[in-house]
Amino acid sequence: MTLTLAHYLILGAVLFAISVIGLFMNRRNVIIMLMSIELMLLAVNLNFVAFSHFLGDAAGQIFVFFILTVAAAESAIGLAILVVLFRNFDTVDAEAIDSLKG
Amino acid sequence: MQATTFLFYAFALITVFSALRVITARNPVHSALFLVLTFVSTACIWMLLKAEFLAIVLVLVYVGAVMVLFLFVVMMLDINLDSVRQGFWRSLPVALIVGVLIVLELAAVLILSFGGISAADAPALPADYSNTEALGALLYTDYVLAFEVAAVILLVAIVAAIALTLRRRKDVRYTDLSAAVRTRAADRVRLVKMPAQPRAGSKE
Repeated sequence: MTLTLAHYLILGAVLFAISVIGLFMNRRNVIIMLMSIELMLLAVNLNFVAFSHFLGDAAGQIFVFFILTVAAAESAIGLAILVVLFRNFDTVDAEAIDSLKG
Repeated sequence: MQATTFLFYAFALITVFSALRVITARNPVHSALFLVLTFVSTACIWMLLKAEFLAIVLVLVYVGAVMVLFLFVVMMLDINLDSVRQGFWRSLPVALIVGVLIVLELAAVLILSFGGISAADAPALPADYSNTEALGALLYTDYVLAFEVAAVILLVAIVAAIALTLRRRKDVRYTDLSAAVRTRAADRVRLVKMPAQPRAGSKE
């Protein structure tokens, strides 16, 4: 039995689904929601690398490079927002932070 | 079974298991540590795909910087574990249905479309092929503008993170050092010239 492109893509799909489930279930913990977003980006990157290898085009890996850059910036700002939220509300519960609700 | 296939399944199992633990762990510190394991085993899978540079970058940048930042924040915040876990299993049925449907739909499409492309179909690389060199050559020629934009994004992220978390406390009195240094004697002491006067009510 030999490895096909579908093996890697399905692993990416499974990772993506796990992170969607994590977003659903951890509604009261913004930290785990941020981690789930990181997992989602990882699943997308896995797809890019797999396509890049099987189609012989290095541009896919360049895309992964940029996604990693943006994801690092995203998590830095996300964690900074989280720290400010915790300072003001004393909680990381996404359902308790509803001051903007009309 | 080839060695690569065996390694792929081993790494894939570790990845999926640790990803599941990330979203179900009770303690956020454990979640962060399992996320580290997920990243490392994914880096191993990228090695199997001959993307050595990105695998190393994933470990260095993600495990070395981003996950340490995560751990730092998780340990700094005092999270009430019991209130965070309330209603955790309530949304499990819906989440499970959505997740399983996503996997089944994607698997159906992907196996039909890409199941036939095996590792033998991948273009053969020359013997002296260097992944890092190829990426560098592309990055600094075709994608140099995007590279500069990425640098600006990182700069904006640094400024934003500092601006968000910087806090000047109002209950602490600061000394304005530059004003203190600039002070002259005339600002502190006022010399007043006045004529001598006899004490009121004293006898001459």
